[in-house]
Amino acid sequence: MKREETIRLESLAIGYHGKHSVKVVAEGISDSICSGELTCLIGENGAGKSTLLRTLSGFLPPVSGEIDILGKPLKSYRETDLAKVIGVVLTEKNNLQNMTVEELVGMGRSPYTGFWGRLRTEDKEKVAQAIDLVGIGELKDRMVQTLSDGERQKVMIAKALAQETPIIFLDEPTAFLDYPSKVEILNLLHRLSSEESKTIFLSTHDLELALRVADRVWLMTKGGGVQTGSPENLIVDPATGRFYFG
Amino acid sequence: MKRPIAVGMILLGVSILLFFFLNLLLGSVTVPAGAVWKIIWGADAGNEIWQNIVLKSRLPQAVTALVAGAGLAVAGLQMQTVFRNPLAGPSVLGVSSGASLGVAFVVLLSGRLGGVALSRLGYMGEIAMTLSAIVGALAVMLLIVWVAQKVKGNVTLLIIGVMIGYVATAIIGVLKFFSAEEDVRAYVVWGLGSFARVSGGQVATFAIIMAVLLPLSMLLVKTLNLLLLGDGYARNLGLNVKRSRIWVIVCAGVLVAIVTAYCGPISFLGLAVPHLCRGIFRTSDHRVLMPASLLAGSSLALLCNLIARLPGFEGALPVNSVTALIGAPVVAVVLFKHRKEDTGE
Repeated sequence: MKREETIRLESLAIGYHGKHSVKVVAEGISDSICSGELTCLIGENGAGKSTLLRTLSGFLPPVSGEIDILGKPLKSYRETDLAKVIGVVLTEKNNLQNMTVEELVGMGRSPYTGFWGRLRTEDKEKVAQAIDLVGIGELKDRMVQTLSDGERQKVMIAKALAQETPIIFLDEPTAFLDYPSKVEILNLLHRLSSEESKTIFLSTHDLELALRVADRVWLMTKGGGVQTGSPENLIVDPATGRFYFG
Repeated sequence: MKRPIAVGMILLGVSILLFFFLNLLLGSVTVPAGAVWKIIWGADAGNEIWQNIVLKSRLPQAVTALVAGAGLAVAGLQMQTVFRNPLAGPSVLGVSSGASLGVAFVVLLSGRLGGVALSRLGYMGEIAMTLSAIVGALAVMLLIVWVAQKVKGNVTLLIIGVMIGYVATAIIGVLKFFSAEEDVRAYVVWGLGSFARVSGGQVATFAIIMAVLLPLSMLLVKTLNLLLLGDGYARNLGLNVKRSRIWVIVCAGVLVAIVTAYCGPISFLGLAVPHLCRGIFRTSDHRVLMPASLLAGSSLALLCNLIARLPGFEGALPVNSVTALIGAPVVAVVLFKHRKEDTGE
């Protein structure tokens, strides 16, 4: 399958804008990500993984530099258009009650629905497909509040799939999960990137698993910017070794 | 619409019709059901006193309860969703406190500064109180909207709203201290809340305003559904969270301002009815919850007004006591029942 560049970063600096100052978290990030690739973003706490994901999702403005999504500057997208290009799975926990899994996955269709958010037949088909792809068919009538963390994470991935975006960002999708669930989620994401040709970019602390499933790895260090490469290259890189193995 | 939901909506509609008719039928003066029926349809019931009682006293009260209950319940639902806080209600942003402050300024200072107690001005006094409540509530709401543009977190906004409520209550306390006893009494009576205060002429204005505002608030259903997911997800799904939050606050704030202006601060309904509807309909979907809250709010307000006016109480029961005494156990039972079903206990 032909891989196309979907995300391109040029001299990107990320951080937070204060009232009178700017706090730069990482800078000089230049690289690109392609469709059909699973890219894992690893790094210690506070290195800026979430800040990078939030910046790429359009939640935070970049301090400087360029972000191109599908060949267009990120800032040129309207909110409603961006919702059809980037799907996210976040760490924020929504205390949802009285909503079935199917309804929650259906919320992923919001960018395509009308004023009342009513799902048309084709929207329902997309929801069913997303549920099938993630393999949560048996959960679809369950209330969200009765799900385990792992099941909930799969539901949010299905929501992102129902959103039908070429790009999906996931902020620590394996946090709080037991080891088998981590493996299952990362294998699922790998399958989705290769079979559905999605661009999947996720942050994680699970170095070993990331190196096993990722097509590419981005390593962020505090104040050290971002190093990118294939898992094989990074594992022999002294910087990775220094950071993870002392 | 799914069948159980449609059945629930129909039952709520029927309960409104039933309670509305009982509101016209029951009271300290016995009017036969047949006569009430004739009076409603404009026929001659053969007794002018009955006609006056039903049309000039009971009908305005019932209409007031109907629209006020709907407004408060819808506003409560909007507040609970936008703040993602089950304890949020119409009073949480200080909007009702703002209305109380407006009324307190006019009522408590009229005697001292204007030389004539507002409580003695009759109809003009009532209009002045309504207007001052609207001005007070909307002033607080504008303040909240301004703050909402400055702060990011919902919790911060919620705390600021509660603080505004405290400040308003404190100022009212000071005003009371310096006011004449007669004015304080008039203010306290307003503060008890009542569906009976709105006179025949005012009730039409009240009902028309609410008939415009309530359908407008229905336009926010998709926004509210997205806000349920949290700010990050809502934004990712194409919602301008900041702008939407302000719209919802303005909508809920105006509803509360108008209801409070006409009826005084009515507690409980706005907080409890959305929980009741979530419990009954077992959904978070605002396409169901908004109409359900509207209907259940009307129904419960009519029931509370009926109980407050039952023979024996002779209108002596403040509606705020009834709303809490009747509603709180009902909501508690519904919530406990569904909690047991969820956990399989």
